[in-house]
Amino acid sequence: MNLAVSVTKCFGSFRLEADFTSEGDRLGIFGESGSGKSTLVNLLAGTMAPDAGTIHLDGECLYSSETGVDVPPEKRRIAIVFQHPHLFPHMNVKGNLLYGYKRCARENRRIELGPLVGILKLEGLLERGVNNLSGGEKQRVALGRAILSNPRLLLMDEPLSALDDDLKYQIIPYLKSVSEEFQIPFAFISHSMVEMRLMADRVIVFEKGKIIHRTTADQLARQRMHTSQVGYINLLKPGPPRASGELFAYPWGGGELLVTFKVKHADSMLELSSKDMILFKNHPEAISARNLLQCRVAGLFEAGNRIGVELDCGSERLVAEVARQAAEDLGIAAGKEIFAAIKASAFRELG
Amino acid sequence: MLSLTPADYDAIRLSVRVAVAATLVSLPFGCAAAFIVTYRNFRGKVLLEVFINLPLTLPPVVIGYVLLLLLGKNGWLGPLLELAGVRIIFTWKAAVIASAVVGFPLLVRSIRIGMEGIDEKLIQASRMLGARRYDTLLTVILPLSFRGIIAGSSLMFARSLGEFGATIIVAGNIPGVTQTMPLAIYDYAGSPGGEQMALALCAVSVAISLLVLFLHEYLGRKLVRKD
Repeated sequence: MNLAVSVTKCFGSFRLEADFTSEGDRLGIFGESGSGKSTLVNLLAGTMAPDAGTIHLDGECLYSSETGVDVPPEKRRIAIVFQHPHLFPHMNVKGNLLYGYKRCARENRRIELGPLVGILKLEGLLERGVNNLSGGEKQRVALGRAILSNPRLLLMDEPLSALDDDLKYQIIPYLKSVSEEFQIPFAFISHSMVEMRLMADRVIVFEKGKIIHRTTADQLARQRMHTSQVGYINLLKPGPPRASGELFAYPWGGGELLVTFKVKHADSMLELSSKDMILFKNHPEAISARNLLQCRVAGLFEAGNRIGVELDCGSERLVAEVARQAAEDLGIAAGKEIFAAIKASAFRELG
Repeated sequence: MLSLTPADYDAIRLSVRVAVAATLVSLPFGCAAAFIVTYRNFRGKVLLEVFINLPLTLPPVVIGYVLLLLLGKNGWLGPLLELAGVRIIFTWKAAVIASAVVGFPLLVRSIRIGMEGIDEKLIQASRMLGARRYDTLLTVILPLSFRGIIAGSSLMFARSLGEFGATIIVAGNIPGVTQTMPLAIYDYAGSPGGEQMALALCAVSVAISLLVLFLHEYLGRKLVRKD
């Protein structure tokens, strides 16, 4: 996907200025509410016109205030998944899924109903009305409906924020698998750092209507480590757990992690905050934390008055944070061997 | 025992015919008017809204008189109608027009309420999925305002059955030609010994109104999907 945007739009005292080009297929647009993300979505979709500027998608001009081009929304081939599913209540699941497909020119139809229904696990639901589906089912139908319109670009405008945590992380694999399976480039719009890291590669950060950063999702999380209440969230993908006394041992990074709980879903990830790790220069003989990992410092980065410490733990990598003073006292430097202590209760299941 | 004369049957048939015709003729215009006032913004929109609602506040006799001025032989549209070879005044068509005009605001109001209840995002979603404006109108807006359309049509139908003031002026009170139920009841009520006959027609009137209201409720309930 090649998206080139250079637009301005004013509402009262709010002014959106967006000027960027994006080449990747997994674009993230990050910002707090009121930062201008949703306005940008509307401008891209064509449901709102910029005051001035140009929008190009894959070389085609969608909007230009100079030449007067303004391709109507139905011809842009850009689909949206909103925060709420917004399914057509007078149609059944199949009718909803096929709404965009029927209106897509024959030569552009790449994705068919059958395979999509399989991937989104909607097999038994096709003839059902949409009013009694669960929240997760509705959002899967909305996603399927958007994908089946065979868009050139899929805009996901906070598609997870209306779902509760448990459901949220069950939907993410679907979002990823359909866009990967059918090779649909997408722009993922969110104010959640974790969602951003799970979904996007390159991220554009908006604040008060202006682009303030262009970075990767992981870099962004590091930069914001000191301002975030939860620090930097390490996302771990451990193997299946086995009981170990009252705890559970998960294979990870060539060793094992002891955790207080067993994950509810087999493919769940574990969260670990950079704040929940304590670093030791030498092996502490006795310690209450159940995990003591011997790691090598891969690198350091600064974030405010904190130092982020990247640790190689076997085949995996973790980020811990320490105060600058602590880093100096411990003599932490790249290449040094170090011990990281993590309590078994410090982990959280994602979702 | 209440009994009906052949003239009464004529009046009942005519009333129903006029009400059905007035409702059917008004429906497309009602939908269009409701669509415009709900979804379009333009200069003079307030004027249009006032104009649509005017018949609701005017005495029906005034409406009848204006229609007479408009459609009469020497009326403003008279020459045009004569050219086309159409006679409207004092025919059942005049009763249809009178009913349509008087009931129109009720029809538009109900449809408008239906349209205003549609989530804006559904319309946006349909456009984003490749539907043109008219396609969205036909496949999303109209189906989702169906309850409003049904409600408006039943109101319009019921209002037409009861139309009196405008009809008597523009269509007259000719038995067998333009005499609808209310006009027949008026005749009976004014003639000595007509109480029984008036009462019989009143009973029929009540029965038809109840039927329409029940039908409206039934359709409204049926339209709510339960799965």
